[in-house]
Amino acid sequence: MTKKIQAPLSREVARSLKAGDSCLFSGVIYTARDAAHKRLCELAAQGKELPMDIKDAVIYYVGPTPAKPGQAIGSAGPTTSYRMDAYAPTLIAMGETGMIGKGKRNDDVINAMKEHGAVYFGAIGGCGALLSKCIKKAEIVAYEDLGAEAIRRLEVEDFPVVVIIDSEGNNLYQTGRQEYLNSL
Amino acid sequence: MRIVNADQVRDVVRKLCIEANCHLTDDLKTCIKDCRACEPFPVAQGILDQIIENYTIADENNVPVCQDTGMACVFIEVGQDVHVEGNLEEAIHEGVRRGYTEGYLRKSVVRDPLDRVNTGDNTPAMIYYQIVPGDKIDITVAPKGFGSENMSQIKMLKPSDGLQGVKDFVLKVVEDAGPNPCPPIVVGVGIGGTFDKAAYMAKKALLRPVDSHHEEEFYANLEDELLEKINQLGIGPQGFGGKTTALAVNIEKCPTHIAGLPIAVNINCHVTRHQHEVI
Repeated sequence: MTKKIQAPLSREVARSLKAGDSCLFSGVIYTARDAAHKRLCELAAQGKELPMDIKDAVIYYVGPTPAKPGQAIGSAGPTTSYRMDAYAPTLIAMGETGMIGKGKRNDDVINAMKEHGAVYFGAIGGCGALLSKCIKKAEIVAYEDLGAEAIRRLEVEDFPVVVIIDSEGNNLYQTGRQEYLNSL
Repeated sequence: MRIVNADQVRDVVRKLCIEANCHLTDDLKTCIKDCRACEPFPVAQGILDQIIENYTIADENNVPVCQDTGMACVFIEVGQDVHVEGNLEEAIHEGVRRGYTEGYLRKSVVRDPLDRVNTGDNTPAMIYYQIVPGDKIDITVAPKGFGSENMSQIKMLKPSDGLQGVKDFVLKVVEDAGPNPCPPIVVGVGIGGTFDKAAYMAKKALLRPVDSHHEEEFYANLEDELLEKINQLGIGPQGFGGKTTALAVNIEKCPTHIAGLPIAVNINCHVTRHQHEVI
C-alpha cells in the first residue's frame, strides 16, 4: 500500500512510517548535496540562521541537470547519501525530519534519527528523467555559485519514495535482502 | 597522410556527450528487459519497471537518463596515418564544453580535488589516447557517474592468491558497494599489467557491450561464473533485495610481472553510457 505524505514532514507522521513503506511526497522539499551541507553546518556552528526553515524540513540529496526550455527542472534523481553523513546529525538535531537519497547511512545518522524522530527515504537512483516529472517548480534559495549544488526549493507532487531507515532504526537494506533470500 | 581538422573532432565529441547521456545503447536496454523477465522478487520487478520507464522517457524527450551526467571519459584511437590540423586535445575539451553547456547537462567537475571550485563547463575531459594503425580516428565518449565510481577498488594481489583471490576480490567489491552504486550494476574488471594498467583495463571493460564475452573461453567462463555468484548475493535492484544485482561482468586482462597479480574493479550503474563514432 502506498501512503500519501506531506512535506514539511511532522515528527508525528515521521514516527509513524516504517521501513519498506512506499510513499508519495507532496509539498515543499529542499535540495542540498555535499557543498551545501558543509555551508549549512558552518552556519549552524556559528549560531547563524539557515537560508531555509529547517524545522520539519525534508532535504533531497540531488544535483539536477539544468532545465531545458519548458521544463521546471532537469533530470533529478538522488545522489549517494553517505557523503552527507558527516553533516546530517547536526541538521536532524535542528529539526530536519526527512532525508531523500540512496545508499547506506552510518550509525551517527541512524542514532540521530532515532533520538529526534527522522526518516531516511530512498528514491530510485539513476531514474532522474522519471523523477523530474513529479517536480512542479524549482527555485534557488541559496548558494547559486554552487551551480548544480545550490539549495533549491522544490514543489513536488506524488514524488515516489520508499522508507529505507525508519525512526526506530529498521533498515530495508537488511530486511529486504533477507526477505528475498528467504524466498528462494 | 590523411588530414582531419580538429574542429571535426570537437563537433563529434560535442554530439557524443549529448547522445551518450540521453540514450542508452540497445544491448544495455535489452539486458535490463531480459533481467526484468527473469526477476522473481516483486519489489525488484517494480524497480526494474521504473528503470525501463526512465530510459524510455529519456529517449523520447532527449533528456539525460540520470542527473549525474558524469565526468566525460573520452577514449580516442588515432590512426598513425592521420594528421590532425589544429590542437587535438583542446578540441576534445571544447567538444565537452559545448556538449555539456548546449546540451543542458550537469557540470560536475571541480578544478582542484581539494579547493573544489566547479569549472562551470564540465571540463577537463579525462582523455585516453591510443595510437593505432590506419587513417581513421575512433572516438568513444563514456560519461562516468561517481556514485558508482566511488565504489570501485584496486588491489595488488599476490600470485599465490590466484584465481580464487580474483573471484573473492570481485565479490568483496560488490558486497562493499551494496546499494550505493545504484544496482543493478555493470562490473568492469582489469586483471594483470601494472597498478594503473589494471584500473585502465577495468574502465575500458565497461565500454564493451553487456552481451559480449571475453574472446578467450577461460575468461568468458569466469565472467559468467562471477555474474552468477554476484546475482546470488541478494542485494538486488537499488539494494532492496532481489536477483538482479548485476547486469554483466566484463573482464580485460594482460601480461603482468612475475611478482604481481594486480586487480581493479570499476563499478558502473545501470546507466552505463557510451557512444562512439569514427571520423
